[in-house]
Amino acid sequence: MREEQYQKLKTIVETYLPEDVDPKEIKKESDFIQELNINSANLVDIVLDVEDEFDIILENEDMDGMKTINDALEIIETKLADKE
Amino acid sequence: MGTRVVVTGMGVCAPNGVGLPEFAAALRSGISGIRFQQKLKDLNFSCQIAGEPRIETIDLNNYFTKLQQKGLESSGLIYGVMAGVDAWRDAKLEIDNDNPLDWDSGIVFGTGILGVDKFKDAIYHVDAGNVRRLGSTTVMQTMASGISAYLGGMLGCGNQVTTNSSACTTGTEALLMGYDRIKFGKAKRMLVGSCSDSGPYVWGGFDAMRILPRKYNEKPKKASRPMSATASGFVPGSGAAALVLETLESALERGATIYAEVLGGCVNSGGQRLGGSMTAPNSEGVQQCIRDALSDSGVHANEIDAINGHLTATTKDSLEIRNWSLALNRHGKDFPYINSFKGTIGHCLAAAGSIESVGTILQFSENKIFGNVNCEDVHPEILKYANASRIPQKTMDFAPKVIAKASFGFGDVNACAIFKKYSESKQN
Repeated sequence: MREEQYQKLKTIVETYLPEDVDPKEIKKESDFIQELNINSANLVDIVLDVEDEFDIILENEDMDGMKTINDALEIIETKLADKE
Repeated sequence: MGTRVVVTGMGVCAPNGVGLPEFAAALRSGISGIRFQQKLKDLNFSCQIAGEPRIETIDLNNYFTKLQQKGLESSGLIYGVMAGVDAWRDAKLEIDNDNPLDWDSGIVFGTGILGVDKFKDAIYHVDAGNVRRLGSTTVMQTMASGISAYLGGMLGCGNQVTTNSSACTTGTEALLMGYDRIKFGKAKRMLVGSCSDSGPYVWGGFDAMRILPRKYNEKPKKASRPMSATASGFVPGSGAAALVLETLESALERGATIYAEVLGGCVNSGGQRLGGSMTAPNSEGVQQCIRDALSDSGVHANEIDAINGHLTATTKDSLEIRNWSLALNRHGKDFPYINSFKGTIGHCLAAAGSIESVGTILQFSENKIFGNVNCEDVHPEILKYANASRIPQKTMDFAPKVIAKASFGFGDVNACAIFKKYSESKQN
C-alpha cells in the first residue's frame, strides 16, 4: 500500500524537479527543498496535487511538517486512515 | 550626436502571423487574421469577431519548461514570452541558464492587463472560500509585470526589468522608454515590446461601449476598415511583439543584423483638455507629439516617407489624418504614404504599438510600403488632407528611408517614434 503511494507521490514530485536534478535522485529520505532543490513556492503546488491524487485535504500545519518524502507519505497515510 | 540606437532583433505573435516570415508575408499580401469567435457569440457579444494569434500548432517547449507550462492560463504572457524570446534569438543573443547575467541588458515590456483567464479561475476559488487552492503561480501570471519578470529570468537580464502600461500607446511607449535608457547610457541593450491577452473578459468592456463593429459577424475579413467611409468601429485583437534595441557600437561589435535605426520620438498627453477626454484625443496634444518626435529625431517633416498610423477604424481616423497633415504641414499629393495594419490584425490594444512597429520596420528590408485593406472607399474627410495615391490599396514597391509610427490611447496619451533605414552615416 505504502509502496503504491510512494510511486504516485514520486510521479507528482518529478514534475517540480529543477532541470538539473535527476528524477532518480528522489529517495524516501530526500528533503524537498534541501536535497531535491524544489522551489518552496512549488511545495504549495505539490500539496494541491497530493490532495487531488489521494482525495484528502492537507492543513497548513501538515504542510509545515512536510520536509521530506517520508514526511509526506506519513501525512498521506494518516489522512487516508482518518477517511475510513 | 551621442549614442545611436538600432534594432537588431524582432519577434512577433500576431493574429495574421506568428514569427517574422509569416507576419511579413501576411502584411505583404493583405492576409487577414480576423476570424469569427464562437465563444463571443455564445456570450451574446454584439461583435463576435476578433484577431487572435493562432498558436495551437506552436511547440511551447521551445519557450517554457514543462513546469512553467503547468497551469499556464495567461494568454498575453504566452504571446509575450514567444515574441520576446524570438526577438532575442533573432538578434543572435544567447539564452543559456549557465551564462552569467548581463548587467547591461534590460527589459521594458508593457501590457494593459495580464492573465485575465488565470484571474477568473482565482476569483472562483476565492469566492468559494478556497483561497488555499490557488496554487503558486496565480501572482506571477496576473501581476502586470509578470511578462517582464518571466522574460527577465529566461534571458538573464540584469539591467532595469519593468512593465509599462498606457492603454493602446503601451507598445510604442515601451520602445521609446527602452530607447531613452540606452540613449542616456544606462543600458547597452533593451528588449522592448508589449502583449495583450485574448478573450471575452478583455474585449467585453469595449463591446459594452458600442465601439466595435456589429454588422460584420458573417464577414470578419471585411470588418476592420481603417480610413474607410464605411468604418464602423475597431475589431478587438490580441498578441505581442518585441524588439531588441542596442547601441550601434554594440551591434557593430557583434556583427548583428541591423533592421533599422531609432532616431527618436516623443511620448506626451493631451491632458484631456481642448477637446481631449478619457477616450478622445486632444488634437493639439497629438500634433505636439508628432512635432516633438521630429525635433527629437533631428528630422524635417519633409523627410518623412511614410506613416504607420494608429488608425483604428473609428470615426476618429479622419481627425488623425488631419492631425498628421497639420503637424507635418503636408497635404494632398505631398502627404507621406500612410498605412494601418489594423485592417488585417484588428486593434491589438496594448500589443498594437509593438506589433505595428515590427511591421513598420519590416518595410525597410522589404523595400515596400504594405498596402491597406478594406479602404477602397476612403473617407471623404480624409481625402481633404491626403491624396488617394498616398493611401496604397495594395503593397507597393518603394524603398522608404524614414517612417513615423504613432499610437494613441485612452487617457489621452500619445506616442510617436521615428525609424530610419540604417546607413553608416547618420546624415543621408
